[in-house]
Amino acid sequence: MTDVHEHELHAYVDGTLPEARRLEVEAWLAAHPADAARVQDWIGQNQSLHAAFDSVLNEPLPLNLVRATRRPALPVPFKAMAATLAMLVTGLIGYAIGLGSPGQGPAPVYLARDAAIAHAVFSPEARHPVEVDAAHADHLVAWLSKRVGTQLQAPDFSAQGFELLGGRLLTGETGPVAQFMYQDKIERRVTLYVRRAVADNKETTFRHATENGVDVFYWIDGDFGYALSGQIGRQAIQKLADAAYAQLVTR
Amino acid sequence: MRTRPDLIEHLPRLRRYARALTGDINRADDLVQDTLERALAKLDLWQPGSDLRAWLFTLMHNLFVNQIRIKRPQETVMEEALDEPVSGGQMEALAARDIHAALARLPEEQREVLLLVGLEQFGYAEAAQVLGVPTGTVMSRLSRARERMRQMLAGEPAVKLKLVI
Repeated sequence: MTDVHEHELHAYVDGTLPEARRLEVEAWLAAHPADAARVQDWIGQNQSLHAAFDSVLNEPLPLNLVRATRRPALPVPFKAMAATLAMLVTGLIGYAIGLGSPGQGPAPVYLARDAAIAHAVFSPEARHPVEVDAAHADHLVAWLSKRVGTQLQAPDFSAQGFELLGGRLLTGETGPVAQFMYQDKIERRVTLYVRRAVADNKETTFRHATENGVDVFYWIDGDFGYALSGQIGRQAIQKLADAAYAQLVTR
Repeated sequence: MRTRPDLIEHLPRLRRYARALTGDINRADDLVQDTLERALAKLDLWQPGSDLRAWLFTLMHNLFVNQIRIKRPQETVMEEALDEPVSGGQMEALAARDIHAALARLPEEQREVLLLVGLEQFGYAEAAQVLGVPTGTVMSRLSRARERMRQMLAGEPAVKLKLVI
């Protein structure tokens, strides 16, 4: 085995080594406890950074920032005024990015809309669409289950041609939200969004909504709301939703 | 008129990076706002097809560096405090105060690299592009940053989180 360089230890931590070299570095680490301890600490640092800051990803977006993505630079007095506006509630993000109007309709409509927004924000990410990848599926499900507060299950869509990419934890109005992401062979993505339902939600059968081109099938089961989102055509997403429903709904 | 790319999908990550970089929600969102305004003003300079995210982070880096340059005199005191010997007890207290305190004590250039690579998952070459430095410089800053964090967080169990990567 050739010697392992410092930069390769970092590349090991950051997952950028070719597979063959990764295995060699692993063998090196097994024989060099001091290096292994450093590497372990560095991995812990990355995890701590994600634990400390990933919640920012799902914070409601401040109105002035949403506007700043859309308009020419604002004159300074307006900017100062905009900066004093209250943080935008989740509903207004939907409004700002064109996903229907907030403040109307029964609570499950929010479920569909919030799921569609989360889909729109995270599914285009090429390199890291998920926090925890499918290679760690057991950890993923256990972790998300604990945070969301129910025993979750990532449905199996392999019969429909979609594989689990992984998942992430979001925050929503009713507490933590789990998002599972799936991808097919031509890299189309669908997301399953699961969160605690608001108190007065009635159980529903399937409902369908289209939010800014994103098809969402959603339902409430017990204390939890589920929404499957994608832009793969209504029929295709419905097939997936049928499969999810069959696998997830409490027996 | 060509279609303008939608910047909104990049907002959550720009905010995350800015928050970690500045350690302050208001300062972070001001930085994001300045970045977006500059991006819209300079959008014609962005090459369609190239990585919009990397370009946005580059703009943010440039703005951040300018801010530091202006603020530098006020921050000298903190930098000096860094090099004071720290007793074991204080180390533990720092570990308990978590990663925020340690990050704030890192020199900015090391903090940027640690965050771009460790949090935002940029490749080394991409991070080098964002920061406008050679990849070798990214590697040496990353190495120093991680060792420094390791010293500051010493005593804390390396993995106490349920997250896996």
